[in-house]
Amino acid sequence: MAWRWFHQWGSPRWFYERASRWQAWAGWIAVILLAVGTVWGLAIAPVDYQQGHSYRIIYLHVPVSFLAQALYLAMAIAAAVLLVWRMKLADVAMQSLAIVGFAFCVLALASGAIWGKPTWGTYWVWDARLTSMLILAFLYLGIIGLRSAMLDPNTAGKACAILALVGAINLPIIKYSVEWWNTLHQPASLTLTEKPAMPASMWVPLLINICGYYAAAAYLVFASMRGLVLHRERRAQWVRELVGAHD
Amino acid sequence: MNPKRKQRLLIILGMVFGLGIAVGLVMYALSQNINLFFTPTQIATGTAPDDQFIRVGGMVREGSMTRDPSSLQVAFDVTDFDHNVRVTYTGILPDLFREGQGVVVQGRVHNGLFAATEVLAKHDENYMPPEVTEALKQSGQLDKIMGRN
Repeated sequence: MAWRWFHQWGSPRWFYERASRWQAWAGWIAVILLAVGTVWGLAIAPVDYQQGHSYRIIYLHVPVSFLAQALYLAMAIAAAVLLVWRMKLADVAMQSLAIVGFAFCVLALASGAIWGKPTWGTYWVWDARLTSMLILAFLYLGIIGLRSAMLDPNTAGKACAILALVGAINLPIIKYSVEWWNTLHQPASLTLTEKPAMPASMWVPLLINICGYYAAAAYLVFASMRGLVLHRERRAQWVRELVGAHD
Repeated sequence: MNPKRKQRLLIILGMVFGLGIAVGLVMYALSQNINLFFTPTQIATGTAPDDQFIRVGGMVREGSMTRDPSSLQVAFDVTDFDHNVRVTYTGILPDLFREGQGVVVQGRVHNGLFAATEVLAKHDENYMPPEVTEALKQSGQLDKIMGRN
């Protein structure tokens, strides 16, 4: 069946068994890549001709900002799957992605503020990029809050899914904010389509760190999803056996 | 895909598409207000409001900066290479502030002078090691790479 690869995601047990392995892989990849990328970026990469050493926070700021948006996109896709196919696992994914994504979004805002003070001369400015990123943080927070506020898990899941889909409009606004409007934030240095606006000695460690943070996010999401799956399926036979086997 | 799921998918796609258009139109209508700053040309042509608290963005013109030796007062021109705005400011400038560098200044136009209460340094998306900058400067390639001509 053409849809088999998709429908097997409907089985919590199938997912739980595989996610343990994926989580371990993601964890090791994250440790290796982040160790290499961070040491390379912070100690070996050359200084910038204008900002000196303070530009090195780019090795944290850019990856976590990418992740804050990528995790939201993943959450919006999970929301669509939940609404169309009513797949339980999509609801679990949304719940985990919201929490991990919010953490990355806060890191992006905080590292940006710390970088802004020495280079721009201010922690915060209400330009389009910073404001749309703050809205992303509030969207995450709203989705987390909405779920906790509703008693029935099924209704809560659907309400969160609709809010997540509506909020996805913010993603292109964040991406293009630096091109559509005059902002204090500079345009992207690293894009998929163009040559990087920095030499390889600077962008290679940045790319390694971006991949490393993606792996770290995958690790966190899988860990959280596995816990939630066990809790939701706590009355199922396979969970009882699994838990009993470890006694 | 069964018909019920297909219908739900279409409803969701329609909802996101409709909202996208609505938000796009709002953003388009607000685009002037979302801009962080005015350009010196907008000040010169009178597009920017007079005697109101605004921001102006541009480059600090080379050779235009003067410092008062006995206080923190500085004056410099902000330019977009068509028009200049003379800015006065009293206070500590950010580290990245220098001639030829992008800035965003906040304040109001008064007697043809822009009295700034805040000066922010703007930098572009280019990063490079100092040796490379030196080599590029000597060969005259720097401006080409940075896109200013």
